[in-house]
Amino acid sequence: MPQFEPVLLKSVGKPDSHTLRAYEASGGYQALKKTLKTLTPNDVKEQTKASGLRGRGGAGFPTGLKWTFLPKDHPGPIYFCLNADESEPGTFNNRILMEEDPHQVLEGLIISCFATQASTAYYYMRCEYPTAYRHTQRAIDEAYAAGYLGKNILGSGYSLDVYLHRGAGAYICGEETGLIESLEGKRAWPRIKPPFPAVEGAFRKPTVVNNIETVACVKHIFDRGVEWFKSIGIPPDPKNPRDAGSYGPKLYCLSGHINKPGCYEAPLGLTVTELIDRFGGGIWHGRKAKAAIPGGISMGLLTAEEFHCPLDFNGPGKFGCLGLGTAAVVVMDETVRMVDFLYNSCRFFSHESCGQCTPCREGTSWATKMLARIKHGQGRLKDLDLLAEIGETIGIIPGTTICGLADGAAWPIKNCIKKFRPELEHFIKSTNPSGWAETKPVPALELLSIH
Amino acid sequence: MPVVIIDGQEVEIGANERLNGIQAARRAGVEIPHYCWHPGLSVVASCRMCLVEAGQKDPATGKITMQPKVVPACQTPAKDGAVFVTSSEKVQQARAMVEEDLLLRHPVDCPICDKAGECFLQDYHFEYGQKERRADIKPFTSRRRELGDTVTLFVDRCVMCTRCVRFTREISGTSELMVINRGAAEEIDVFRNADGELQFPLDNKLSGNVVDLCPVGALGDRDFLYEQRVWFMKSHDHICGNCSTGCSIKIDENQDRIYRVKPRENLHVNQWWMCDEGRYGFKHVHDEQRLTEPRKRDGDKYVNIDWSVLPAELDKQLKKCGHLAAVLSPHLTVEEAYLLATYILGIDPQAVLALGPIPVEGTDEKFPSGFTIHAEKCPNRRGVEKIVARLGGSLLNWGDFLGQLASESFGGVWISGGFKSDWNDAQAAEKFSSVKCLVVQDCFTSPLYERADYQLPGATAPERAGSFVNFNDRLQSFDWAIRPPQGVHVEGPLYWQLLGKPGLYDARKVLDDVAREIAYFAPAAGPIPEMGVDLKVNQIAT
Repeated sequence: MPQFEPVLLKSVGKPDSHTLRAYEASGGYQALKKTLKTLTPNDVKEQTKASGLRGRGGAGFPTGLKWTFLPKDHPGPIYFCLNADESEPGTFNNRILMEEDPHQVLEGLIISCFATQASTAYYYMRCEYPTAYRHTQRAIDEAYAAGYLGKNILGSGYSLDVYLHRGAGAYICGEETGLIESLEGKRAWPRIKPPFPAVEGAFRKPTVVNNIETVACVKHIFDRGVEWFKSIGIPPDPKNPRDAGSYGPKLYCLSGHINKPGCYEAPLGLTVTELIDRFGGGIWHGRKAKAAIPGGISMGLLTAEEFHCPLDFNGPGKFGCLGLGTAAVVVMDETVRMVDFLYNSCRFFSHESCGQCTPCREGTSWATKMLARIKHGQGRLKDLDLLAEIGETIGIIPGTTICGLADGAAWPIKNCIKKFRPELEHFIKSTNPSGWAETKPVPALELLSIH
Repeated sequence: MPVVIIDGQEVEIGANERLNGIQAARRAGVEIPHYCWHPGLSVVASCRMCLVEAGQKDPATGKITMQPKVVPACQTPAKDGAVFVTSSEKVQQARAMVEEDLLLRHPVDCPICDKAGECFLQDYHFEYGQKERRADIKPFTSRRRELGDTVTLFVDRCVMCTRCVRFTREISGTSELMVINRGAAEEIDVFRNADGELQFPLDNKLSGNVVDLCPVGALGDRDFLYEQRVWFMKSHDHICGNCSTGCSIKIDENQDRIYRVKPRENLHVNQWWMCDEGRYGFKHVHDEQRLTEPRKRDGDKYVNIDWSVLPAELDKQLKKCGHLAAVLSPHLTVEEAYLLATYILGIDPQAVLALGPIPVEGTDEKFPSGFTIHAEKCPNRRGVEKIVARLGGSLLNWGDFLGQLASESFGGVWISGGFKSDWNDAQAAEKFSSVKCLVVQDCFTSPLYERADYQLPGATAPERAGSFVNFNDRLQSFDWAIRPPQGVHVEGPLYWQLLGKPGLYDARKVLDDVAREIAYFAPAAGPIPEMGVDLKVNQIAT
């Protein structure tokens, strides 16, 4: 593989990288100037589409295509929501960008808004990021002062206002319609789709919701060109007609039991092994890896034997995972008990379930309580079947919920039981030698407090 | 006409109808279980009980393409060629899952729950639930807290359908109810202060509806709570007599005692709702102060007189009185008003007919959904008014009639009441001093009643049979819901008897006469459908 030069993280770690002065000194806002001067909004849309850029937020939906879903000749207003509610466990790529290089995000945001002809952008940031908030607010103020935001940007006639909005700490606000509801001041209960936000979103107007890293990529597409972007990553799998390819650089968040955790930029398509060895400095304490989460906890699990899985949009799916997600790789070494992993994962999702749809609200909490019991040495083999059943039946893929959070909650359960069933069975048998084979209904326990 | 296919059965729906899967299936006689969906509220598709398999039939090829996943029927439009499969194994599994989920933390305290017997959670569990409980969660916690003066919440019975929350936002427009917490810790609540005391309680004039909306036993009506098991009660279709809106209601009674009043769907009148005034406005029916002894004046005192001889004596007396007048109360049914007018006019063709006083309280109250509580606190001003005007020659109201008493002398006056509260004073009663034979039939005593020569205990709305005409000229017919207390003779049968008609009082027969005789009532000639008939239809035609 040729030497890859980071672009998204280029300025990270440099002094004052979050200031306008430093950003402009390193060639910032040139892409915006060029775009506003030479391209029409439609050109921007088409070029983004041609670049093959796919959303970095988790679902990997083609960004340019998403923009074309906006109604044609809409009298407006059209809103742009920037999703910075980065709450997937293990994920911190947006945080790095917002804290270290907020102008890069803003430039991409302005170009994206220009493409969609949105005159108002809502920058929805989770409240747990105080530094990112300060730096981004400062960047917005600087951009207004420098004429990159506000009325008639750089004499182009295009105007844009950006409002930085802080969430109140809920995973579900990262779901695009949950975000919109929260933005409107309501409970973040995801909406029924259709209508999709592009048709009826924030304040019942057409709305685009994109991730921070996605708009940062947009900036670079218009800085360096579509060809440059397509030269990175891997083309579509010819055997899979539904694969749109995985182009461009990607920020991988590497954490867990490795020597050098951190956010690393690499071309899409890197394998887990490469990521751990080249960037992460190997497994810590000289231990062996046991499993890894490929892209945020909701994507499922890869066993150590599956570490040759390429981390592109299509890769983890081939190994039974939900997808690439946010490309947040969490590595677990051989000392990790999968019961603990699964309990932790279920606890997170039952805590974060918005509580709207019955299967997710009750299923996630039931799974958590069951795992708590297993952990306490009162598990039964039959519980694994029940857990697997919960995993199979909740989510938008079987159709039993409104949003994808339930699928995210189901995948770790499904993957863990499928890939680590012998270990789980062994745990249950060894911790509950007298009762593991019991199949009669479990007598009611006291409620296990999990929070 | 669009055709929808439900479980292989083709059903035609109206070209302009916008139905969802649940409604379309109902046309085919297929019930799709649901909790959160309600025809009067917005669609949230969150309970997931109505999951079905859906597809589309290609009109050209006739090929049916099914969606790979289950979808909520409440949110799936029944378009032309839409296909719904409601009984496949996949659907049954989905229902069983939702039902099991809802019962995970449910207290299963049916024996002490007011909803038992009419609870959807119960019914659906028997029909669609799992065979055995697989959950390992201690089911019984029973927390209860008040939401306001009318409604109490049994927290753990709630299935989070949010119907009640949506009702206060969309129908009453008062938004007191909300969802607190997240995930499985979610609860319905109102805004409280730090000590948990009610800050903004559920306090609106439609509050009782949230109890009807609740598909389970989470919301309890504080008035009805623990009063009666639902299976002991019989339900009677009736019309609310508390204001001129004329809501279609159901009166639930056991052995002639009313325990609960609920709204009945009528899209032309009250949709699915009723106000608290009407809901709890039946208390006077069982009031201990109600009059139950027919009496007649004998010199300075009153003596009881038996109903077996009373009609004959009254008839005899009135025929001796010469000039007569009758006051028709706006609480009478159309039929009763007509019978009384006919009877009095039969004795004295020159008799004067007057409309009783119209009780008015405050102003009309309109809610965001369009539901209106009328200031006119009587059910049948319109109907009685037309009878007075047509049979009496002119519309004489109560005030004018009192004035007329000074100039015109009457041998006998028959006054019908049925009012809930004081409706006349000593001053008005005084005006009747010259009347030789004053007959007053009412449910509660009043200065006028005290002055009457014949005191007849009268009926309240739930005891009547007949028809009311609401503010909007809609005539709705109903049968009696309870029998009156002993000693009370309902007006209708009494007038029927006085007129010497054969057999038992038959409101339907009387309404036929009314419809024939008075043009305004002509549309009521045929059978009266459940939602009533619009008498304006006739006015537009002429």
